[in-house]
Amino acid sequence: MSAPTPSAEPRLLLGLTLAGRFCGLPVPCVRDVLRGEAITRVPLAPPGVAGVLNLRGRIVTAVELRSRLGLPAAEPGAARMSIVVEHEGELYSLLADAVREVLPVPPEARAMAPETLGEAWRGHVAAIHQLAEGLLIELDPARLLAFGRDAEAGLA
Amino acid sequence: MDDLIAEFLTETNEALAELDTALVQLERAPDGETLARIFRLVHTVKGTCGFFGLSRLEGVAHAAENLLGLYRDGERAVTPEGVSAVLASIDAIRTIMAGLAETGAEPPGDDAALRARLEALAAPEAGAVPPGQEALTEPLLEPAAECEEPELPGPLPTPANDGAPTPLAAAPAAPAAGTGAEAALPVQAIRVSLPVLDDLMTLASELVLVRNQLLQVARSQGDSAFSAPLQRLSRITSELQEGVMKTRMQPVSAAWSKLPRLVRDLGQELGKRIELVMTGGETELDRQVLELIRDPLTHMVRNCADHGLEGPEERRRAGKPEAGRILLSARQEGGRILIQIADDGRGLDLDRVRRRALERGLVTEAALAGMDDADVARFVFRPGFSTAEAVTAVSGRGVGMDVVRTNIERIGGSVDLRSSAGRGTTLTIRIPLTLAIISGLIVQAEAERFAVPQAAVVELVRVGPGGATLEWVNVAPVLRLRGQLLPLVPLGALLGLAPALEAGAAVEGFVAVLHADAGRFGLLVDGVFDTEEIVVKPVAPILRDLAAFSGNTILGDGGVIMILDPGGVARLAGLSLGRAGEAEAEGAAQSTDTAQLLLFRAGGQPTPLAVPLGLVARLEALPAESIELVGEGPAVQYRGRLMPLLPVGAWSRPQPGATQQMLVFQEGERMLGLMVDEILDVVQEPLALRPSGARPGFLGSAIIAGRGTDVLDCAHWLRLGDPAWFGHSGGPVPRLLVVEDSGFFRQIVVPALSSAGYAVTECADAAAALALREKGAMFDAVLTDIEMPGMDGFDLLAEIRRGGPWAALPVVALTSRTGPRDMARGHAAGFNDYVAKFDRDRVLAALGRAISGLRSAA
Repeated sequence: MSAPTPSAEPRLLLGLTLAGRFCGLPVPCVRDVLRGEAITRVPLAPPGVAGVLNLRGRIVTAVELRSRLGLPAAEPGAARMSIVVEHEGELYSLLADAVREVLPVPPEARAMAPETLGEAWRGHVAAIHQLAEGLLIELDPARLLAFGRDAEAGLA
Repeated sequence: MDDLIAEFLTETNEALAELDTALVQLERAPDGETLARIFRLVHTVKGTCGFFGLSRLEGVAHAAENLLGLYRDGERAVTPEGVSAVLASIDAIRTIMAGLAETGAEPPGDDAALRARLEALAAPEAGAVPPGQEALTEPLLEPAAECEEPELPGPLPTPANDGAPTPLAAAPAAPAAGTGAEAALPVQAIRVSLPVLDDLMTLASELVLVRNQLLQVARSQGDSAFSAPLQRLSRITSELQEGVMKTRMQPVSAAWSKLPRLVRDLGQELGKRIELVMTGGETELDRQVLELIRDPLTHMVRNCADHGLEGPEERRRAGKPEAGRILLSARQEGGRILIQIADDGRGLDLDRVRRRALERGLVTEAALAGMDDADVARFVFRPGFSTAEAVTAVSGRGVGMDVVRTNIERIGGSVDLRSSAGRGTTLTIRIPLTLAIISGLIVQAEAERFAVPQAAVVELVRVGPGGATLEWVNVAPVLRLRGQLLPLVPLGALLGLAPALEAGAAVEGFVAVLHADAGRFGLLVDGVFDTEEIVVKPVAPILRDLAAFSGNTILGDGGVIMILDPGGVARLAGLSLGRAGEAEAEGAAQSTDTAQLLLFRAGGQPTPLAVPLGLVARLEALPAESIELVGEGPAVQYRGRLMPLLPVGAWSRPQPGATQQMLVFQEGERMLGLMVDEILDVVQEPLALRPSGARPGFLGSAIIAGRGTDVLDCAHWLRLGDPAWFGHSGGPVPRLLVVEDSGFFRQIVVPALSSAGYAVTECADAAAALALREKGAMFDAVLTDIEMPGMDGFDLLAEIRRGGPWAALPVVALTSRTGPRDMARGHAAGFNDYVAKFDRDRVLAALGRAISGLRSAA
């Protein structure tokens, strides 16, 4: 079994957009999708942490994907969507511009991320999928949520 | 007793399960940590059975502990035979316990062979010692223990048959299905496991959130059919939450109930007369916390009885009453519970502690030389430390104090010890009320809200128009609070929400005076909301490095809020509050134990001088040119007035261009500058003053910051500089009693009154005020709220006027109801004055009138 994509079945990705880019997150790690609102800022938090929010009585840390990927910040007041993922037993909310449909991605559509991808992206991208709708950038939640050393590398 | 035995069985069974694994691990690879753990477990078992009078259990556990002690100290190598023998003793303990669970009494049996086996292994030349020879302590113990045994088995054999209410039999049976006989018992209380309560707590919190959301929706819809039921739902939800919280609270006396018997038995065993006095047992705290302090408390009381108190003979010689006293007290202090265990024994033998610390390699000689007595005393909290000369069955195996400290610190508490040779030892434990819910003061910086643990908030001060003004030391804002300079941390700037404050900027907001590990500081915030009970939740791992926050929580309105950690904030702000931490930990309750001292040099002398910082209004460095000679001496134009200057010792005018350092004293309109050579430091230390005979201008000398220092007699210098300085006040500081049930309001009014020159004592209700009267406290005036739970202001007034030492005191009512009819009623009731809350000037004026009226009448 090869490590990165073990199965021959089409995998499911949740499509989302970030500053016009078409990205996806693996469906199995997504717990919830909701409107990103009422986020409490956490001063002094690492860059990329948008704050904390109340998800039905649980406190969830929100991460701004634009910031993680080195994209310009969203317009103030622009709508944000919150994709709740589970990582190491904790829930996190990943903030995106919009959420699209769930897409099956067949193994043959998969390509490696090109070397020329910007540094902030390369650290967080799992693969590129060539779909009929266009290129889908698959993000790796674990890497997006690895703060500290990686964050510096990703946001330098 | 029955409940306790059931609990003992449960606890011990758990401990035994742990022991088996640990011992097996020990045999495979002996390491110090495992040994220490096993030793402690056995020690606990032994300690508990000793107190129940379970002599078989205690005998076996004691022998096993003896052997384990030698293993732990490395005096014997761990051998398989040894481990087998300890395992055999654990089996024996288990058998005895099974019998205990069944019949309520220790089953008959003889453990002599097993004990002999353990003792033989422990004997100096292992294997060759006749059984029983080393058991020096057993004969001492057993008669005492055995004579109590009949108490236990007495009523026990019958209950299962006739269904009589004997919970002792019911408790062990509880894990099994409930039987008819049990159902017939008149059950007033049942045992519920903590996880169940925790779940209920979580559910109740979530229900509150849902309720709040519903209320919000309902508000936006105006009147609807839902309004009425929603109101009910809301009320029920609040009650449910309160109720669930209450289920977790227990009076601290539940952890004390074993102690009287324990102390009595210890007294007999040790041949001492011991009196145990317990106060504040009704203080409530979370069941979980209570569980965790139960053993530490027992250990500490044992230690007091065993090491702390002297025998009757020694006490007689020392001129003390024959009966030693152990005072156990508890009270709530902010959001924490403070428990003190004090004895009037011989105090710690610090020389012996030093020797032992060296012997055990806990410290180097050089380091020891630099330590003060308080540091030395704290060695007793170090693992493997014990001062007991002889190993007794009671304690003195170096187990206990280190365990005590570990257990208490694990739940976010602290423990400290104060000892005075010949006068006794006091252990002070501070523990949080609950681990789950804290009271938080909600503050605002810029647009963000934060929670500050109420336990850390000493008081609130309003700054800006109508309140206090900030002052600046270079670029650092400070607040002068009752004459003390309080460093300020602007929260917005610290957290990067706002630019740094510019020196001299006009600031409006609030200062929350916080008590952190390192000392006091003021948190400058833009706004203060009320306090709220908050459920503390840990922050996500990616935020765990943020020192400023200790957790986060969901507020009643559904918003998430970060909880500030006062200690972390102080560190983040780079506040080095000196060695104040130790002093504060010691004397937080009575801050008079320590004083903030300003150290300086003057008169060209090398000896540092000290003055309580609280007396100094400001520190100034003025240009030499500004000093003028006016009349008899130097003076300076300062803040629009001519301020006389006085040198401390020899003085010569500084060179032009240089500056003159001075301490400015102020009292109303009067000001005086005391000229000094150099400001050295501000330290917070207990002041142990040695009077220095007739040296005018000095109170005496003391060791401060490790150096001999002369302490200035400020009154002398002020009188010298201005003979009329004390002329106008004419009397001591007026003493004021404030009775007010709202903690929030007390935080506002007390500082205002203190800064106006009153010595304020505060009480949360009328009963506490009257208790002060019983104790003989005296005041010059009483300021009381009208609406209070229990006895209200009118009743309190009637009680004061009824007679006794307070009958003639002026009493001023403080109320939010100031309609003409209310005023008339107040005056008719006999209040000297009746004023509105929050009106600082009127309150002060009313007090001034009341007190001066009294003085002129007297």
